[in-house]
Parts: sequence; C-alpha cells; structure tokens
Amino acid sequence: MPFDEPAIAELVCPAGTPAALRTAVDAGADAVYCGFQNETNARNFPGLNFTPEELEASVAYAHDRGAKVLLALNTYPPAGRFALWRDAADTGARLGVDAFIVADIGVAAHIARAHPGKRLHLSVQAAASSPEAIRYYCNEFGVRRVVLPRILTIPEIRKIKREIPCEIETFIFGNHGLMVEGRCSLTNYATGCSTNMDGVCSPAADVEYAREEDGSLSTRLGAFTIDRFGPGDTAGYPTICKGRYLAPARPEGYYAFEEPVSLNLSQLLPELIDAGVNAFKIEGRQRSRSYIRTVVSTFRDAVDDIRAGVLPDMADLLALTEGQKQTQGAFETKKWR
Amino acid sequence: MTQTRPARAALTLGPIAYHWSPRIRRDFYARIADEAPIDAVYVGEVVCSKRAPFVEDALPEVVERLRRGGKRVIHSSLAEVMLPRERKATAALVAEDALEVEINNAAGLLGADGRRHRIGPFMNVYNAETLDELVRRGAEHVCLPVEMRAPSIALMAARGQQIGVGIEVQVFGRAPLATSARCYHARAHGRTKDNCRFLCEKDRDGMPLTTRDGSPFLRVNGIQTLSETYVALGDEVAALQAMGVSHLRLMPELVDMVAVARLFDGLRCGTMAPDEATARLAELSARTPLSNGFYHGKPGHRHLVAQA
Repeated sequence: MPFDEPAIAELVCPAGTPAALRTAVDAGADAVYCGFQNETNARNFPGLNFTPEELEASVAYAHDRGAKVLLALNTYPPAGRFALWRDAADTGARLGVDAFIVADIGVAAHIARAHPGKRLHLSVQAAASSPEAIRYYCNEFGVRRVVLPRILTIPEIRKIKREIPCEIETFIFGNHGLMVEGRCSLTNYATGCSTNMDGVCSPAADVEYAREEDGSLSTRLGAFTIDRFGPGDTAGYPTICKGRYLAPARPEGYYAFEEPVSLNLSQLLPELIDAGVNAFKIEGRQRSRSYIRTVVSTFRDAVDDIRAGVLPDMADLLALTEGQKQTQGAFETKKWR
Repeated sequence: MTQTRPARAALTLGPIAYHWSPRIRRDFYARIADEAPIDAVYVGEVVCSKRAPFVEDALPEVVERLRRGGKRVIHSSLAEVMLPRERKATAALVAEDALEVEINNAAGLLGADGRRHRIGPFMNVYNAETLDELVRRGAEHVCLPVEMRAPSIALMAARGQQIGVGIEVQVFGRAPLATSARCYHARAHGRTKDNCRFLCEKDRDGMPLTTRDGSPFLRVNGIQTLSETYVALGDEVAALQAMGVSHLRLMPELVDMVAVARLFDGLRCGTMAPDEATARLAELSARTPLSNGFYHGKPGHRHLVAQA
C-alpha cells in the first residue's frame, strides 16, 4: 500500500518486553516499538527485548487489536557484524512487523532491496535534522517517516514538513538526550561499550555507587565520577551528559550539558499537530508496566480530546512527571540551545 | 615466499576543530605548508556555523599557501546542519566543482549525487554495505568514525582496496565524542548559542571539564565535546598500513604539529621505532595523556602499551 493515508497524531509507545507491549496496546497505543535481544537496537539492556518467538506472538496480539508493531534496528553494524542486522530485518519481515526503524545506510539499503513493500522509518539515531538530509533517505531508500532529532523548535519543524515527502514523528515524553543521537561516543570513551555499535548508553555493568568518607555518594561510570551527592540528596543514575563537572568558569561544579530533566511536550500537542507532526513517540522501553499503563492511557485520552476538538486535561499530563524536573527542550524556544 | 611490503599510507591533517582566530590559522598553516611532511590538508569550519565567517576570512590565503607547499587541499563541510545558513553553506560547498569536498552531514549527500566527493568521520560509515552505497553515488574516500575497533577497520580497509576507495583513520588528536544543538561553551558562562559572543575563541585548547574528584575528563568546544586525551595510534601505524588503511589523519592540537607529523612520517616509512615515537609523542603532548582504547576495543580513554 504505497499510498496509504498519512497518520494523524499516531501514538507510538515503547515496549521493552512482551508484557509491556500488551500493556501499551491495551492502554491505547496506535503503534508499539520494540527490538530483539541483541545490539541491533539502541536499548540493548539485560532483561529487555524480544526473542523471535515472542515477537511473533506480540505481532499477533497487536494486530488483533488494531495496533502496529515497529521493529527498531536503529544501531550501526560494525564491519564483520552486519549479518546480525540483516538476519534481524529478515526475521522481522517474516514475522509481519509493520515497519523498521533504521539509522544505518547499509541496513536501510538492505531492507529497501530485500523487503521493498515494508515501511522504513528513519530513526532519531540517523540525526537527520534538515530537509536535505531527510530527502536523501527518502530518495535513496523510500523512507516513509522520519523521527526528528530533539533539537528543533516547532516553527523549524513546520518548515521542514513543507519540504519533505514523508511523515514526521517527534518525541513528546520521557528521557531527554542532550547530544545529537547517533553521534555520541561518550559511553564508549568511559566504558568500551559503544552506543552506536553495541546499543548501550551508560551500561549498568559499568556503574558504581561509592560512599565517600564525608558521607557523600559518588556515582561513577567506568573510571569517571559523573556526580557526587550529599547525604540527603537522591543520587541519579550516572549518565555522562547529565553529570556535574568543574570548568574554569564554574569551579563549584555544574551541570555542564543539562540538568537531569525529562521531556514533557504535553502542552504543545495541538501546536505539534498543526505544524505537521504525524506521530508522537513516548520514550521508555526500560520502564515498568505500570508506568507504561499510566503514561500511554493519559496521552491516549489527550490525543483523543484534541482530535475531538476538546482541550485535554493538562493536570493529568503534568502529573506524569510530578516530583521530577521537566522541560520542553528545544521545541518551545531556541534559547534552549 | 615473498611478501609484498604494505603500501605507505598518506599523511593528512584534519580540519581545525577549535575556534582559532584567522591570524593563528594563517600562521599555523604557513608552517604546515613549509615544514610538515603532510600530503593533504582538510580545511574549513566543521563544528559551528557561527564561526564560519572568521574561518572563511583566512581561507583563500591558507589554501594558496598550502597548495604552494605541495599539499592537496580538501574542504570539509559542517557536521551539524539544521539552520538555513548551515543548509545553504553545505549546498554551496558540494556544488562547487572546482573544490574537493569532504561531506560530514547527510544534508550534503543530496546535492553531491554523482559528483566525486569524500565522506568525513561524522558520517557513520561503520560497514562495507554503507561504504558501497555511498561509493555508488560518488564517494571515493572515507574517514572512519573515531570509535571503530581494529577488526572492523581491517575489514573496511580490505573493502576499500578491493573497490579502489581510500580509507582514512584518525591516528592523532582529541577524539570528537559528541555534538549537540546546544553550545556548552555559552552555557558555562550563562549564555546561549545565539548570544555566545564567541567565548570559545579564548579556549584555543577547548574548555576542560574535570570530574568532581579532580580527574580531567572532557573538553568542550562549542557544540562539540572532545576527549581530554589525545588519540595516539603510533604503535598501531604498522598494523594499519598492513590492513590497507590508505590515509592517516592527524588532528590539529596545541602542540608542535610539525614535530607530530615528522614522528608519524617516520612511523609510516619504518624509519622510526614505535616505542621511540610514542615516547616522543608523550613528551610533545606534555600534560595531555595519550589514548588508543577505541582501536583495541577498550574504554576510549585508556592507553594500552604494545606487547613486545
């Protein structure tokens, strides 16, 4: 169906496990995204993701309830390992996934050639942030949707939409990465595990929480202290771009890249739809089922309200991040940059 | 059984990552043109489009000087392309028939279709399938991502030799670890990218970030984050040449780059012993530690000593 109607406010939800997938579908997801249990996807964490058998059953579960399954193959195969990505794509096609989310040019080329009827979505990991970059992938591989990097303002998204021949998906909720995705080797520098090649960012095996003599708690990743917390503070998970460091102008230590905030664009949903965004992505394949249930059902209600011309209940949406700092990131203003 | 000696790799100088003033750039490149045993030099602003006017100011003189010194000159494009001025600059560069261009963002690929061009290290060419796809559309030379591991480099070099495409590897200088839309130089001074006042020009060596227990960790360079350590693949030059890597890239740093180039020239010609070169490299780099972890599949900041 090469000319199917463009999606309108499709809700794309995370599925780290088969149970989370069923939860997301039951809570009203239009589509779920997931990956296999290896480095072919960017959430290659122990205990997460799907075996081929689980994916097969999950595709049936989702399709029976009118939801789509998007398979994330969004890492970069290093030479010598390409077969793993090719096999994952072929398995996904055989099991009937609705689309592939890809970043690597070689992987995109393989799917375009071997599975020409399948939808290709360009992952945020491809970092396509201009109409020209997006059009390159559309022209070459028939990409049908781009997941935009979280660095663009809404007016910029609106302009891009006019110049590209494919759908736009944006992140609206969850963890807020600061670096251009698919272009970050910080984890590999500290741990030897590559985000691009191995699908991990701040792997738990390299994380250490160390109690210092003065009672403070240091969080470490590999050989480096990412932050230090006082006895009364809650220690965050050590992610390099959310750590506190010293600089000559900031000898007291500061969040050099960003404070530990999460993205919440709930208040911007109508504007995003108006700008031409076709699908909303919720981050969090590593999250619990209860989190998935709450977040997905809340956004389901909000999107349904907006589609019906009713203002959604903002209190519910804002309550999702209660107790946590939240941001609208670059979407609201370029002063974020 | 006769064994053919691997071809000697060419030595290149990558684009200056930092915001060095036009005067400093002119002086820097004049000395490279006259004294450094370097075959090709990549010029142009790769990191921040706001700096580009300053860089372009010095560019005609720099290019002429380098050419007179016998260097091949390649123009590198921006790694991040998002704003109208970045899109325009990228499109204009790849449309320029008279120039040899290195593309660092997929935005450049659209206009480069069918034209001969090079692919830079920000383009994520990790495998032969991607390489073949880019070559089909006119790429004839690729610099691999800095985090590539030796077994993959070997396979890429072999494929490059097979299809007649140059394969380049960074062997010296800070590793580009990340880019962002946000300027971290501006942020450190309570500013934003739009009103940055070019604070980064004061930090010719990048802005050091130290962990809270005092370990030097990263260097901020505007929207780019670099490693504190210098990647230094001195011990690995022979292996890289044996794999068929055709070009070795040195990144400009605040050290005697002519001396660095001479060391790597000695290594590629086999006239200098690797342990001696590494010792002298450490001396030249003074307080900046060396690293080769990425190549060996270890944490990138580490420096593994070659087994005797």
